[in-house]
Amino acid sequence: MVPLMVVLGAAVGAPARYLTDRLVQSRHTSGFPWGTFAVNVVGSFVLGLVTGVAASPWVTALVGTGFCGALTTYSTFGWETVHLPRPLAVANTVASVLAGLGAAGLGLAVGAAL
Amino acid sequence: MVISEVLRGQSRPVPAVAAGGVLGALARWAVGLALPGPPGTFLINVVGCFAIGVVLTVLIARGAHPLLRPFLATGVLGGFTTFSTYAVDAQRLLLEGRIGLGAAYLVGTLAAALVATWAGMWAGRWFH
Repeated sequence: MVPLMVVLGAAVGAPARYLTDRLVQSRHTSGFPWGTFAVNVVGSFVLGLVTGVAASPWVTALVGTGFCGALTTYSTFGWETVHLPRPLAVANTVASVLAGLGAAGLGLAVGAAL
Repeated sequence: MVISEVLRGQSRPVPAVAAGGVLGALARWAVGLALPGPPGTFLINVVGCFAIGVVLTVLIARGAHPLLRPFLATGVLGGFTTFSTYAVDAQRLLLEGRIGLGAAYLVGTLAAALVATWAGMWAGRWFH
């Protein structure tokens, strides 16, 4: 059942990333990849939550491995970063890592408290 | 309406992203079984970054079919790589007091992933 949960979660998470990116990137003209930033931070928070509550293997596979894994991306983050002008690339790197870490920590704390 | 605007013309790319995302996520899950924890995630993210460098460089240069990018790059490679597992695992290392290892994992993945993306683009230009 675990692979099926991964499939179901990813079937929602990947299009959610694609559509969120389209929505966010159509709302600003800064050239900064806010769409990828947003999905990575939100996904880090949700995975922290799932990990913090010590969810069942099925829920972890569905929401964690499937949904959060497919909602977030390192490859697009890498591709976008190497195509940004140097100051924006540094800003994207630092902001994504710090915000992702912070969101993960918040999720873990909230999950553990629940 | 924002939602209809975002969905317009997306009846083919969205299923392509979903199908690719499922394949990528299953591959990530399988690698995680063979190599659990941060070492597996590191490998997944670095390989995925190299692959996106190759794939997008070749697809853009060749003016490939418009569904190949959503399927292969956004779907398969986006579903294969993960930022959330990276962030949560790094945060757990830091919370356990393994500061050096956590910091090395954070910075090591970042450096290796960016170098792999450049290397993939270089390989893609050569391949093309």
